[in-house]
Amino acid sequence: MTELKKKRPEFRNINAFTDLTTYRLPPAGWVSILHRVSGLLMFVLMPFIIWMFDKSISSELSFELLTSAFANGVSIYPGWFLKLVVLALIWGYLHHFTAGVRHLYMDATHAVTQEFGRSSAIVTLAIGLGLTVVLGAKLFGLY
Amino acid sequence: MSVNFGSKRVVTGAHYGLRDWMAQRATALLMALFTVVLLAQVLLTAGPITYAVWAGIFATQWMKTLTLVVILAMLYHVWVGMRDIWMDYVKPVGVRLALHLFTMVWLIACAGWAIQALWRL
Repeated sequence: MTELKKKRPEFRNINAFTDLTTYRLPPAGWVSILHRVSGLLMFVLMPFIIWMFDKSISSELSFELLTSAFANGVSIYPGWFLKLVVLALIWGYLHHFTAGVRHLYMDATHAVTQEFGRSSAIVTLAIGLGLTVVLGAKLFGLY
Repeated sequence: MSVNFGSKRVVTGAHYGLRDWMAQRATALLMALFTVVLLAQVLLTAGPITYAVWAGIFATQWMKTLTLVVILAMLYHVWVGMRDIWMDYVKPVGVRLALHLFTMVWLIACAGWAIQALWRL
């Protein structure tokens, strides 16, 4: 075996601590892994989402409880903490939604060029983060 | 039906791959549609979103039925997605089985709670 061949790096198993720090993902890679992360986030927080849904539609009283929870907190959770969690959920939903539409579009049109993959990935990341900023500002009462 | 015996017998795979892949997309489409429908009703409301307005959106029979279908679609969609995650990252069979069971219990419990809240309206 030549010297050159011996030195080629192998990535058999990506180690989270030694490899991920030097691993540079292309935009489409970010969209892909964040699609997973956002899906997992919504899965884990699903009881919280349903709790909000339950409180918001059950009665006038529970609706008030929900609005005051965001203003003054509920149980051991302060209002700002609830808002931060909801902000994370807003981003999660927006990213998952946009990345999902990108998937469906690519499936339907067979849009598989490298250039489209890159540009649509950047648009997806921008829509997710941009709308999160807009809705987050509303959530924290900036307008 | 295609021949699946003798020398033509397919001996690999459980054959739910394509079905789940399709179901993941079909349920996604339904949920995206629901998002648009709900958003339209919220945005077309003049004035503040009070309890009466918000609950009123879900109280109509067609919206109630649509929401029910979306909850069930979400159940399937999340199951496919979470199973993919466990299959990719968790290799020990026992741990994976435990996580699959946990996911099922978690999702069915969540769907039950959501439908209960919806049907109280």
